[in-house]
Amino acid sequence: MSSHSNLDTLYRQVIMDHYKNPRNKGDLEGETLHVNMNNPTCGDRIQLQLKVEDDTISDAKFVGEGCSISLSSASMMTEAVKGRSVEEALDMSNIFSEMMQGRDYDDEKYDLGDIEALQGVTKFPARIKCATLAWKAMEKGLDGEEQDETN
Amino acid sequence: MDVKEIRNQFPILHQEVNGSPLVYLDSAATSQKPYKVIEAMEDYYRRYNSNVHRGVHTLGSLATDGYEGAREKVRSFIHAPSAREVVFTRGTTTAINTVAYSYGRANLQEGDEIVLTPMEHHSNIIPWQQAAKATGAALKYLPMKEDGTLSLEDVQNTITSNTKIVAVAHVSNVLGTINPIKEITRMAHEHGAVTVVDGAQSVPHMKVDVQELDCDFFAFSGHKMGGPTGIGVLYGKKKLLDKMEPVEFGGEMIDFVDLYDSTWKDIPWKFEGGTPVIAGAIGLGAAIDFLEDVGMENIEAHEAELAAYALERLKEVEGIHIYGPQKRAALVTFNVDDVHPHDAATVLDAEGIAVRAGHHCAQPLMKWLDVVATARASFYVYNTKEDIDALTDGLIKTKEYFGDVFA
Repeated sequence: MSSHSNLDTLYRQVIMDHYKNPRNKGDLEGETLHVNMNNPTCGDRIQLQLKVEDDTISDAKFVGEGCSISLSSASMMTEAVKGRSVEEALDMSNIFSEMMQGRDYDDEKYDLGDIEALQGVTKFPARIKCATLAWKAMEKGLDGEEQDETN
Repeated sequence: MDVKEIRNQFPILHQEVNGSPLVYLDSAATSQKPYKVIEAMEDYYRRYNSNVHRGVHTLGSLATDGYEGAREKVRSFIHAPSAREVVFTRGTTTAINTVAYSYGRANLQEGDEIVLTPMEHHSNIIPWQQAAKATGAALKYLPMKEDGTLSLEDVQNTITSNTKIVAVAHVSNVLGTINPIKEITRMAHEHGAVTVVDGAQSVPHMKVDVQELDCDFFAFSGHKMGGPTGIGVLYGKKKLLDKMEPVEFGGEMIDFVDLYDSTWKDIPWKFEGGTPVIAGAIGLGAAIDFLEDVGMENIEAHEAELAAYALERLKEVEGIHIYGPQKRAALVTFNVDDVHPHDAATVLDAEGIAVRAGHHCAQPLMKWLDVVATARASFYVYNTKEDIDALTDGLIKTKEYFGDVFA
């Protein structure tokens, strides 16, 4: 394929691994925060479930349908924010947003781990929204907008 | 029909995308434009840009002639009885909204039914949902057969004396289904209902005769038929348009204006408030000239060949699912096992191949198909069998690329 190398910057091995074996996929039990988020232009949708105790995200899971980028990003995001304070999680979301816009970002403040594999998405502008879907859901949930508490 | 010669008339096709020659397979979203259209619009702006319908000066007359001349070209192209029945709009969406807002609000009440099909584009669903909410009328959906076609028996059984409006796509933008508008219209008329036809996917590709179809309203867009964006058409029967109130009010559409009341111009101008899309209409007229030079029969035959070839070739891709009937317009909607359509479209794009991925503004249809999204390749007069070969090869490579992920 003529442009394999270019594609490989998008579809990194670690991304495909998260796509194939998503972490934290499923439903949380107990009292959780549910946030639904769609990408109306393409039909991707995820439902993020967060358990917030003492201002800390003690658990995070998601269910949804979408492409490799949106689902792998959701998988990575839930891993990254688990155990973080609400403030830290929102801060990470900002850093991720900077990364997606191709700007310089602070890569030392947190251990971003697998998330940095998503950097290649910046070269595919049409796919940035896929990568940010789960993070936007998390922001929406933690900002306290349209959240509904369920048991 | 010499496709090579036709391709030479589309400057955009002669470029490389991501290192490969562009293979443009997204004409159902928007078509490319021939020189003739680009030049006609440039000529207007360079030589006779002026407002229409009121200039005593020479340029004003030239602009009015260009604008009204385009209306006559549209009339002749769809064989409308009169150019007065051709209303310029922003596109199909605005055309349908005009009918739903003006005709719908005035003629619907509680107990009435609006009949739709499950294969409608959002632009032929939501205006009716809104009209139903405003008037208390009910929406009623025709059943659809397994292969994505309608059965006339179902149409007969669904349309009742309560049905006031039947809104249906001439050609489905996802399935490629060609709906029997003439028969549906006959059945609607038997019950005193009117038909509103979304012709966005038919007018660019086949000879359409609104008198033969006998439909009451027919909507389409310029940009899907070689013309510019921002211009479309609402055809309506004179007796219906005459009785309808305008939707937009202001300049251009008035007869007399007093401090407390005003009267409207006749059709079609009463529906064209504000300075119209003059260059757009002239561009659409040029697109019609282009299509007529090629010949709609030739375009239809060429596309039928492409559609059949695409169905045949794409079946070679392991794990492919193709949606829609065998006899179809020139588009193929599909999914490949284990590859999300976005991912497929990204891999194809890396090869210079442009296809659409998503729900194609037809979420209810996606639900009917039981998929979240699909990929679609759509063809036009300038596409070739080589384009379809490139797509097939691209999809086989896509399968290989993602192959080991789920192995």
